Amino acid sequence: MTNALSPADAAVISRAPARRDIGIKRRYAAERRFRAYGIAALAFGIIFLFLLLSTVVRNGYTAFQQTAIALPVEFTEKLIDPDNKRATDPSVLIAANYTAVARDAIVKALGVDAQNKADVRAANAMLSKSAPIQLRDMVVADPSLIGKTVTVSFLADAQIDSANKGQVDLTVPESNRKVSDRQIGWMQQLSASGAMAKQFNTGLFTSGNSSRPEAAGLGVALVGSLYLMLIVLVLALPIGVAASIYLEEFAPKNRLTDLIEVNINNLAAVPSIVYGLLGLAVFINFAGLPRSAPLVGGLVLTLMTLPTIIIATRAALRAVPPSIRAAALGLGASKMQMVFHHVLPLAMPGILTGTIIGLAHALGETAPLLLIGMVAFVADIPGSPMEPSTALPVQIYMWANEAERAFVERTSGAIIVLLLFLIVMNLGAILLRRRFERRW
Amino acid sequence: MSTSLILIILLIVGAGAYGLAASRAVRMSGGKLSALHSRPGYYGAYAAIWAILPAALVLAVWLVASPMIVERTVRGGFPDDVKSMPVAEQNLAYGMINAIARGLPMLSAEDTAALSSGSVDVRAKLAEKGVPLAGDVQPYMLEAARTLNAETGTSRLAMTAVVALLALGGAAIALRSVAPRFRARNRVERVILWALVAASSIAILTTVGIVLSMLTEAAHFFREIPPLEFFFGTVWDPRFAGAGSTSAGQFGLIPLLAGTLYIGFVAMLVAVPVGLFAAIYMAEYASPKVRSLAKPLLEVLAGIPTIVYGFFALITVGPFLRDLSMQVNGLLTGNYVNFIQAQSVLTAGIVMGIMLIPYVSSLSDDIITAVPKALRDGSLGLGATRSETIKKVVLPAALPGIVGALLMTASRAIGETMIVVLAAGVAARMQINPFEPMTTVTVKIVAQLTGDLEFTSPQTLVAFALGITLFAITLCLNIYALYIVRKYREQYE
Repeated sequence: MTNALSPADAAVISRAPARRDIGIKRRYAAERRFRAYGIAALAFGIIFLFLLLSTVVRNGYTAFQQTAIALPVEFTEKLIDPDNKRATDPSVLIAANYTAVARDAIVKALGVDAQNKADVRAANAMLSKSAPIQLRDMVVADPSLIGKTVTVSFLADAQIDSANKGQVDLTVPESNRKVSDRQIGWMQQLSASGAMAKQFNTGLFTSGNSSRPEAAGLGVALVGSLYLMLIVLVLALPIGVAASIYLEEFAPKNRLTDLIEVNINNLAAVPSIVYGLLGLAVFINFAGLPRSAPLVGGLVLTLMTLPTIIIATRAALRAVPPSIRAAALGLGASKMQMVFHHVLPLAMPGILTGTIIGLAHALGETAPLLLIGMVAFVADIPGSPMEPSTALPVQIYMWANEAERAFVERTSGAIIVLLLFLIVMNLGAILLRRRFERRW
Repeated sequence: MSTSLILIILLIVGAGAYGLAASRAVRMSGGKLSALHSRPGYYGAYAAIWAILPAALVLAVWLVASPMIVERTVRGGFPDDVKSMPVAEQNLAYGMINAIARGLPMLSAEDTAALSSGSVDVRAKLAEKGVPLAGDVQPYMLEAARTLNAETGTSRLAMTAVVALLALGGAAIALRSVAPRFRARNRVERVILWALVAASSIAILTTVGIVLSMLTEAAHFFREIPPLEFFFGTVWDPRFAGAGSTSAGQFGLIPLLAGTLYIGFVAMLVAVPVGLFAAIYMAEYASPKVRSLAKPLLEVLAGIPTIVYGFFALITVGPFLRDLSMQVNGLLTGNYVNFIQAQSVLTAGIVMGIMLIPYVSSLSDDIITAVPKALRDGSLGLGATRSETIKKVVLPAALPGIVGALLMTASRAIGETMIVVLAAGVAARMQINPFEPMTTVTVKIVAQLTGDLEFTSPQTLVAFALGITLFAITLCLNIYALYIVRKYREQYE
């Protein structure tokens, strides 16, 4: 039996790869293209991430510094209490002309001719409009200041502040910028004498909101957000864990529990603004709770966070191996004891991680808070969760809507603060997971 | 006695009952704990539950009901001419009476005496104490305020007594039932189980609350504006009632819905290709090192609050697109006029798309990695390149899941609020130019409900009609997505 190939056949076989065009080049080019698309997509996302963060940081890091002008202020009796009535009628101290006191201080420090109205006005404009209020508070707190000369540190006006930070383009013609050449000269004069200096902006963290950018701070928003987070933590964690324990460990498999499950998955995807409508209709309109109060905000955010926490907790409970349960039951524990003494402690790291991530999500949530009136202008730090307040993201929204350029700096600064909180929370969650998570 | 004090007393009684019952159980066991059915702590917990739970429930009901009953009594005592006034004025009068009642205890003894003789002005006196009144005080109001205070005082006293009695009585009953054979643990566990059931029913209550609250408010709205005009109206012009117009304005949903869908479409146009390709690269090509770096970075995008994206759109992307269009226009036609507005469909869509990238990528990543390896190996073994394997084998296998993921992403795009509030504009128009501003359903909900509002005008109630529309759309998308994902999962597990 010979099945040796004829020379012709052999030639066909040996030539076959060269002749049959399977487009290897084209296919490899497509492969490389496809891969490049993937890299490009990934790069696009990451570049935008850095663009976003760098925009915020570039605009905002200067908000942590604030220009202050230290001036010797004469609390002249003639200006504050000309008729010497303060012993009998303390209200004169409140109504007195502190604008003039502050103006005299800056005019004198700069050596401006007090008769030149335009110069006096330009000099006065260098101080924040909050300066007279600051002086009033000082005098009301300590009337013995009257007649003395004290060095007071004032906030500089927002325009002067940004000029001092080098954000004003001096090549622009003088008429087109908010800071005049004369004011620039005075700034140099004050800086040289050490009266004007940049300092850490503590006001950003302690003051309430203000319509003047240099005096506006996050104090109210920080306290409001703190209340919100406390309420969410106190309510959502126990309720979420209890609900998950029931669904995961006790609930019979029937239609009702199936409904609850579908429900929870849906609630996790309901737009946050719908929760705001719910809060407005139920907590404010129906239950009569006060508008703008962190209590209502906390309740709304609790309902919003619950599905997240329940889903995370159920995953954590499910990850505990059945052998633990069998062992506990085998040693005579009741089902309740098995859950609370054995399963829950083992699932705790996962539960806490999910809770922190849910809290971080709630911290950045804005839309529902707008609807329940937390978008109010609040200047005083709230003493309880029933008093009007704002929250960090709402404050960012309010400042973002302000027209003045100086608010862009404040807004970015506030965003940096918010992002720092989020980073700390998420890092905490990651560390918790790394440190305590057990693989079974 | 203040409510918090009552609560503290309740807790103390509960703790006492716990200690007593536990020690009683130990005593009854005669030093041999195994003689008890449950561990002593369970007897204690049983007593504590009996002491606290009924009393706390009564306290809660009382706190809600008592002001209502008192209000009815006080209003019942109004003179007839007041009773014949419109409800709004009666409410105002009741508000004043409340304020007077709050102020009265602050006054000194001689002031109170002077008030009774009618020789001083109540309003001025109360304003001095920091209780401002809305109007002048009628004599009957003073009388009603006194009744209010007296009734409230009686109610509080009765409440304190009842709660204390219930707490002590409950503790006593529980203590009496402590016995070695008593199944305390089972009782306590049943209470805990009911607490767990109550907690998980909150999820249902929330949904019911959302649907009911929005339906009732929307029903108020539809009483004034016919549903047909709302759902099929093409003009959105909710004039505020104060503007002197007699008509309520026009509430057409269509322009808002068009804006929502248009912006969502642009966002998906950005997010879907980028997110999908990123997911494919990370699942199929990237080395574990690249993957462990890139995946968290993309997830950071998902963790950034949407208000930050809105701000980014407002101060960076919007102005950039505007200036870019100005330069492009200048180079092409020599006329340096921008054709892209700073607030536009494009701005909002692009930024929202960036926000959605991580949702698309992480959802699709999970789905792509869930495709069995055998399918890939088979395809590669037959000589296909990796990209051919992905395009012809992996993606078709993962398609239902990916469609589900995209539907979920779309529902997020439709419900997104803060980006569009800051970047899309407020003009409700119907047009197809993506360079012009359009507005969305969520923007209008925020616009209609911020500021002072009353719950009677269609201008504010329309927000609930918009809300229920939004809820219905996203609910349908989510349920359909969940259905697809579930169905898909069953194929491989």
